[in-house]
Order: sequence, then C-alpha cells, then structure tokens
Amino acid sequence: MEIDLNYAIQLKDVVKKFPNPAGGEVTAVNHVTLDIHHGEFFSLLGPSGCGKTTTLRMIAGFEWPTSGEVYIKGQPMGRTPPYQRPVNTVFQNYALFQHMTVYQNVAFGLEMEHVPGEDIKRRVGEALEMVQLGAMGPRKPKQLSGGQQQRIALARALVKRPAVLLLDEPLGALDLKLRKEMQLELKALQMQVGITFIYVTHDQEEALTMSDRIAVINKGSALQIGTPVEIYERPNCRFVADFIGESNFLHGVVEDIEKENVIVHLTDVNEKIVGTTQEKLVIGKKVIVSIRPEKVRLANQPPLQQNCFECKVVNTAYIGSDTRVIVELGSGQRISVWEQNKISTLDPNAYYARGQSIWVVMFPENTLVLAEDE
Amino acid sequence: MMEHISAERTSLKIRLIKRLREDPSAQGIALISPTMIYLGIFMLIPLLLVVVLSLMTRGPYGNVVYRLNLANYLRLVDMLYLRILGYSLRTAAITTVACIFIGYPLAYYIARIPAKQRSLLLFLILIPFWTNFIIRIYAWIMILRTEGILNGILLNLGVIKLPLDILYTPLAVQIGMIYEFLPFMVLPLYTSLEKIEMAQLEAAADLGAPPGRAFWRITLPLSVPGMVAGSILVFIPAMGMFVVPDLMGGAKTILVGNLIRNQFLTARDWPFGSAASMLLLILTLLVTLVYTRKAGFGEELLI
Repeated sequence: MEIDLNYAIQLKDVVKKFPNPAGGEVTAVNHVTLDIHHGEFFSLLGPSGCGKTTTLRMIAGFEWPTSGEVYIKGQPMGRTPPYQRPVNTVFQNYALFQHMTVYQNVAFGLEMEHVPGEDIKRRVGEALEMVQLGAMGPRKPKQLSGGQQQRIALARALVKRPAVLLLDEPLGALDLKLRKEMQLELKALQMQVGITFIYVTHDQEEALTMSDRIAVINKGSALQIGTPVEIYERPNCRFVADFIGESNFLHGVVEDIEKENVIVHLTDVNEKIVGTTQEKLVIGKKVIVSIRPEKVRLANQPPLQQNCFECKVVNTAYIGSDTRVIVELGSGQRISVWEQNKISTLDPNAYYARGQSIWVVMFPENTLVLAEDE
Repeated sequence: MMEHISAERTSLKIRLIKRLREDPSAQGIALISPTMIYLGIFMLIPLLLVVVLSLMTRGPYGNVVYRLNLANYLRLVDMLYLRILGYSLRTAAITTVACIFIGYPLAYYIARIPAKQRSLLLFLILIPFWTNFIIRIYAWIMILRTEGILNGILLNLGVIKLPLDILYTPLAVQIGMIYEFLPFMVLPLYTSLEKIEMAQLEAAADLGAPPGRAFWRITLPLSVPGMVAGSILVFIPAMGMFVVPDLMGGAKTILVGNLIRNQFLTARDWPFGSAASMLLLILTLLVTLVYTRKAGFGEELLI
C-alpha cells in the first residue's frame, strides 16, 4: 500500500490485542487496512463487539495498535497522544463537561490551542449557530435535551476544524424519529463543512443512508469495503449479505461455470439454479446462494426454463407497503418473499393465501453465489 | 365506661392508620419521627442546656447559680481567649488544607487503580478506626519523642546530629491532627474522583488538552464537591479537638477544645465552659456557612 497525502486516513494492517482478564489475549482488531479519502463520509458498520469502536479509538489516539500503523494525512501516528492529533471525536454519550456551560464546552478546544479571545468568541458563536443552538451558550449541558446535547458535542468537535471528525454511534441515545432527522442533518452538515467523517454504527440503515462508503466489520476484520449500493447489491460473503438487509440462503455445490454465470446444485432442495458470482469458484466447491426477499418473484406459471420452483405459501403478512410471504419448497426449504403492493385494492384474491400453490422465481442476475465461509 | 374508652381508642387507631395509608405527608412524618425524637433528646435538649448554662453564674464551690447574666460571654472577650480561638481556627484550617494536599494524591491514586485493588486500599484506610484513638496517638508519641523511632532512624542515617524536639510542640499537635482526620478527607474525595468518567478526560485530550491541563480544567473542578465535603468533615471536629493537644502538645499548646474541657473538668466553671462552647459553635457555623456559600455542601456527591 502506498502512503499517500491524498488520503485523509489510512490504516495499514492494523492489529489490536487486549489482555484477557481470564488470561491470554483477545484480538479486537485483526489486520484491518483502510484508505479513507478527503471529504468522505465513511462508516464502520458491524455488530457490537466487532472492533469498530476500537478501530475509531486507534485513529483518535486513545488506543495504540499492537502492530500496523495509522496514518493521518500521510503522517504515521505511532504513539502520538490524542491531544496532538488533527482529529476530533463526538463521543457516544457526548461526554460534555457537566461543570461548564455550553459556551465553555465549545470554547475549550480553542483555548487549548491558545486561539486569541476575540477569535474564540466569534468561532464559538459560529459553531453554535451552525448547530442552531446560538441562544444556548449560557446553559449547562444538563439543561438541554438529548438531541441538543448531541449538537453541542458536534459543535465542540467541529469548532476545532479537524482534518477528520470521528463519530462513535453519536445518535445511539436518541429516539427513532430524532435519529432520522439527525441523520439527514449530519449528512447535510458534512457536505457543508467538507470535513472527512468516520462514523461508527451498528445500524445498517443509518450507514446506508449517510455513507459514501462503508466498511463492514465482524470479529475484528473488515469483510467488505464499498459504496452502499455495492455492499447491498453485491455482498461478498454470507455475513455481509445477512447483516445488511435480509437475505435467503441456500446451500449448494458448483456444477458448472460459464464466465459470471454459475450453475449450482442446491443440496437441500435437490434442484439446479443459475446465479452470478464475482468470486473465482471451481467446480465442486461448496457455495451459498443468496437472494434478497424483494428480488424473489412469485408467479402462477413458471416464466423461465430455469430457476423456477413450485412451492406452497405457508404464511403471509400484510405490512402496508409490502406483503411479506413465506413459501415452502417441496424439500421443506423456506424462502421469504416481499411483494410490493403496487395496486390499491380490497379484493382478497389479489393477495396470496395460506396453503396456495405457486411458483417462486429467482432471476439469475439477482441470485448471488458466494463462497461458503471458512 | 371501660368499653367506651376502648371503643374510642380503637376508632382513634383506625383513623390514624387510615391517615398513614392515605396522606403522604403523614407517612413522611411517621418515617422521620424516630430520628427526630433521637436528635431531640440527645442533641437539641443538651444544646439548650448549654445555652441556658452559659447565661448562669458559677457558685463558690463550682456549683451553678441560677442568675441570668451575660458575664461569661463578656469574659470571653479577652485577648487570652481570643488568641486561643484564633489559634484553634488556624490549627483547624492548616489541618484541613494539609489533609487536602496529602489526601488528594492518595484518593486520586485509589480512584485510578483497578477496582480489585481499590477495595483493599480503602480497607487499609479504614483499618485505623478499628483501634482506639488514644492508642494510635500513643503510637505517634513513640515515633516522635526524643528517643523515638523517627529520631533513631534519622540519627542512624546521619541526617541529623542531635535528636529533633518534635513531641510536645505545636508541630506534633498538627501532625497528630492531620493523621487523625486524613481518612475523613480521603473518603469523600475518592467518591468524587471515582465518579469522574474516563470519557470526560478522553474528551479533554481529544480537544487538545495535555494531561496537566486536563487535570486543572476537568478533574479538579469535578472533584470540588468531594473536597468541600471532606473539608467540612475535617474542619468541624478539628475545631473542637482536645485529646491530641493534651497528649502530644504537652502543656504548651491549648486549643479551644482544651479550654472548654478544662472549664468543665478542672476549673468546674460550667457556665463559662458553656459560653466558650457556644462561641465555638457559632464560630464553626459561621466559617462553614461562608465556605459552603462559596462551594456548596458537596451535595453533588449524593446524586
């Protein structure tokens, strides 16, 4: 990997191990390599305990890598302490200074830089205006709502004009509605100030909504790095397909390969299916076939020569925008199908009924063949 | 007749129970009344007795003559007594400040080490309370006296040529009092330091504060409640201390506590002793009031 000033942050083969209280070591971050561009909104997405927060803390300087290196604007960070790094953090529970006013909280970082008093006043005012809390300066953090505290934490970090802003699940403590509002606001703010954001979250929808690129992390490893579309439409492993959105999984063995098209023999179903892959597969390899519920079609007659299976509706749930149908193949394998309710009707015959016989169709271009996880 | 009384009692009982069930303020009074009764009997009444006694006169044989007058208070306005009072204030203030300076690093250290070792150190701080106070003071006498342990070590090391005279000086009294009150400072300080979240210090570091500045701007202000609570716990009893000056100060050091004790036990002048007690009480209250006006009562510790 090239060390390049064009990147805001680079992680080069970073490993972080913690001593285990029960003896031995726990690997929190396992050989992670990332290149994050200037001005990018980059998310670290994964379940709790996957190492995403540890990765962020290593960029901030609260932890040092066991091996590997963190580069900020091309500079290796080594053991540089947090107070000498050109990054700032918005903490999970905001970590506002309770004994200071809102104004003092925001001014703190500038005072540490010995910014002249007049400039501090102006910049703090601007920062508070930016988060629409200009009048809250004299208040104490405890007198503000959760959403307001969140904005103060944001203003306190952004007033320093960092090269990179690190956000550790900043919306986790807010209720759903406020969280959705703040997602859009954060994204708008990021585009306005043009600062690189590194955003840690376990909420896949949040990551998809806001990010330019996402790194999906599990058990300390970055499994896939890509745009939201790439991550959702072309997951590279079962974990990513399962963690981002929902998916049906069928086990199989590769029977034939023709460029991107793969013919898979489904072991449980005992049928053949044609799918696409981006991986280098060989005949006889065990694979997982993944197809998203909204990409499965239901039909009364099989419209294709292949990839159509007769099945029975075992359950339906009408949820307004969609009808969620669970069908069962002859082998007992169940597949989840989401049908959009595109026609407004009260006619019960327009919806699927339990016990109904039907064909399930999986178009080859929607059927992803993934190598089975080791 | 008997039946009538018992019926009346029963109805009173029922009404009382009903009131206690339904009226929250009655419940509050009922809950707090044991404490109020206890404080009333063992604090308020004795205090009133002291107030009344201070307005009486000493009889020729150390008895109390019940004649109202302010002579005892007027007698206190004397350079001799005022000097004792001033000296007591100074000693208590030095004790408090010294306890902060010694107790702060100790409390800070305990609050920062792993939780397992913390309880051991807190336990060690509390251990002295298991031993009689007088015995612990005698231990200090063994250390500080002319042929004591401290002089022995210093002489053997060649640090000094002649033994230091520490015992029976004001310095010895000061050492004894700091020793005695240190745990009362360490415990509330520990409580407030332990409550400071790591995230607060990380936020300070993140915003560009090196550890020293983070301490002055974050840790120190957030530990003020503990410092205030500790100061009150040290200053008030230090103002009334008389055992340490008695045993370690020889006859040379007299604090207001000794003055009061002597009036009651030696001079048998209870009225004058009571007046001195009242003066001590008022002075302590005033100092504490001024102090807490500025710094609060450390009530944040309770949250």
